[in-house]
Amino acid sequence: MSDRTNTSQSVRRTLETEIQDLRNDLIYLGSMVEQQILGSVDSLKRRDLAASEQIIQTDIQVNKKRYSIEEKVMVVIATQQPMAHDLRLLASMLEIAGELERIGDYAKGIARISLRIADEPLIKPLVDIPRMAEKGADMLHRAIKAFIEENVPDAEIIPTEDDFVDNLYDQVYRELMVLIIGDPKLIQRANWLLWVAHNLERMADRVTNICERTIFVVTGELREISSSGD
Amino acid sequence: MSEFGLLIEVGMHRRKARRKATNALMLGLTVLLTVLALIPLFWIIGYVILRGGKAINLDFFIKMPTPMGVSGGGVLSAIEGTLVITLLATLFAVPPGLLAAFYSSRYPNSILGTILRFSTDVLSGVPSIVIGLFGYALIVKPQGHYSALAGSIALAILMLPTIIRTTEEMLRLVPSNLREGSLALGAPEWKTSLNVLLPAAMDGVITGILLAIARAAGETAPLLFTALGNERFEIGSIVSSGVANHQGFLAILDRIFDQPIDSLPLTLWKYAQQPYPERVEQSWAVALVLMVLVLATNILARVWIEIRKKKVRG
Amino acid sequence: MINIQFFEKSLQENSKTQSMISVQKLNVFYGKFRALTDINMEIQEKKITAIIGPSGCGKSTLLRSFNRMNDLTPNARIEGRIYLQGEDIYGNGIDVVDIRRRIGMVFQRPNPFPKSIYDNVAYGPRLYGVTRREDLDAIVEKSLVQAALWDEVKDKLGQSGMSISGGQQQRLCIARALAVQPEVILMDEPASALDPISTLRIEELMHDLAKDYTIIIVTHNMQQAARVSDFTAMMMIDEARSGQLIEYNQTNTIFTRPQDKRTEDYVTGRFG
Repeated sequence: MSDRTNTSQSVRRTLETEIQDLRNDLIYLGSMVEQQILGSVDSLKRRDLAASEQIIQTDIQVNKKRYSIEEKVMVVIATQQPMAHDLRLLASMLEIAGELERIGDYAKGIARISLRIADEPLIKPLVDIPRMAEKGADMLHRAIKAFIEENVPDAEIIPTEDDFVDNLYDQVYRELMVLIIGDPKLIQRANWLLWVAHNLERMADRVTNICERTIFVVTGELREISSSGD
Repeated sequence: MSEFGLLIEVGMHRRKARRKATNALMLGLTVLLTVLALIPLFWIIGYVILRGGKAINLDFFIKMPTPMGVSGGGVLSAIEGTLVITLLATLFAVPPGLLAAFYSSRYPNSILGTILRFSTDVLSGVPSIVIGLFGYALIVKPQGHYSALAGSIALAILMLPTIIRTTEEMLRLVPSNLREGSLALGAPEWKTSLNVLLPAAMDGVITGILLAIARAAGETAPLLFTALGNERFEIGSIVSSGVANHQGFLAILDRIFDQPIDSLPLTLWKYAQQPYPERVEQSWAVALVLMVLVLATNILARVWIEIRKKKVRG
Repeated sequence: MINIQFFEKSLQENSKTQSMISVQKLNVFYGKFRALTDINMEIQEKKITAIIGPSGCGKSTLLRSFNRMNDLTPNARIEGRIYLQGEDIYGNGIDVVDIRRRIGMVFQRPNPFPKSIYDNVAYGPRLYGVTRREDLDAIVEKSLVQAALWDEVKDKLGQSGMSISGGQQQRLCIARALAVQPEVILMDEPASALDPISTLRIEELMHDLAKDYTIIIVTHNMQQAARVSDFTAMMMIDEARSGQLIEYNQTNTIFTRPQDKRTEDYVTGRFG
């Protein structure tokens, strides 16, 4: 944690308390979204339609939380006139809240697909897709942690793990291709599964953005971290 | 409410009646003492009006004094003399006084400035008769005769401390960034003093001058050895007789250097000591005129302040 | 939010612009006390430069060095050089009056002279020999227009300069400074004695003035410096209580990505 958290003696106690509250809000939102992703894939795997429905409902809470964070940030900027590091931090919180909400939408998309597949059996057992989800959720969890702690080294490492997710995606793609070639009637359901994998791959990209923001907050540099696969 | 709050409230109520009584007593005492302090002023004014009012008529102001024993006549020469001397004294005192004050307020810590301030304080404490003696030694003795010039110089010396002190005070009250504002535009120091500082301090400066005039007009002692010598010597007027005799301006000016001159305080002093009742009566009248003159000048000074105050606000 | 390419491009642009004022190793002494230590900075032409820092850090001393107002303080002495468009303003044979005409000053507390509004603005031109009525009328009008005050006072030019409101008085002082056709205008906390609306008007005025004049403003109000200036200089005192230039850069950079930790602490309000 940066040395700015000595709140009791600080001249800017109010600002720092507000920032601390916002950090907690982001942790909360991050963890909500993590659960959404893992839950959506899990309910898809177990064919638990009620759970999928629940995921879609919970997305409303995710959106609410995102807007509440945004509003708080606006208020702090207007009333506290933050500068330099504080300003970069608050602006980044806006960005990250947006990214998290979009990841939440991916989870919702996955849950919708689960409802579309409905009672039909899965065309293949889900192995790689859950692994993508776990990896993605883990990356997200650590990225949020790195942001809160303003840990640049961690923030630089996490995007490199995007390769792992990309590789899994390629694998899923190839396997689904094989299935489609074998039985063209499966194309609809294969498409759906591909879409799920696609969402999870996009999620990892969003996590990379979050890491870039962490670096920006600490150094002031806006740098794109490209993983080797691009 | 804490227990202290309750204590205080109770104490407040208990002492209420006594507080009221004490307030009334103190107020009454203050009023009484104020009235007491004002009594001498109003007594003097009243008495002088009473005694002096009898001899006041138009003749008093426009006629020359008649020889002793003869009734009628006025104190024209004295009035004229006071005006001439006071005007001259002001002309002599104001320029050096102002310049000295400008210098010492601009360079307060310089040697000259410190000496000036010290000297001003000392000078203001010198008895006025000593100043008269000084004027005698400096001007009358070398010249060989009494003159209006000598009298004015003595009075000017008397006026200097008041003018210097007041001007310095007023200059100090001018905000320093007014001066800086002028300098920042590229004005030299002397132009800044003349065009910005002086106008800014002007009201107070004029008040100071008026007050100095009021004091000088009423002084007798300095004039004893300078403008007048022998108390039995009746002096003619300089200006009005000069005008009556069609004398030129230079000639009149010349007589200022040459001739002794009458003045109101001097006349009062002379007449009060004479055995003739009319003279004594006239001396009261002179006292009245002098008092009115001094009072008027003072009031004028204060009215001026009020007018200027309103102008700034408007 | 921060566009790196834009920043680099404007830095290049600025290095081609001429320096209006060049400060080189400036040290200011009051007797034995060194008030400023080794100040180096280039003031860009027709830009607004803000000087910020905690109280007593020497901002005003630095500002007053530019128009040699420090000369008025007894025992004041400088080492180093200040160049105004290439001329050393402390050099031999330099006319201080000329420097003060070319570099005007507006003070913290509005200080109109006890004269009419007209005479206040005409004071400067009169000093420099302008006497014809038509010329003075034209200069007075132009200066008051530039100071955004003309419309409010054109019908009462004969009224005392002290009879108008504080914000108007300050604009009058600006008009007075403009009347002598300066190249640089120094402002020492020009809005600190004014209400918020007047303050914002003065800030808008500064933006307009910067099209024709180089402006240097000392302010303890950081948000004002951020709103108004193109460049910001951050000053602070060292252990010997002498003022130093800590950081000098584009305002955007100072307030979003300051390089020096002391600047960061000050700008985020965590100083002291």
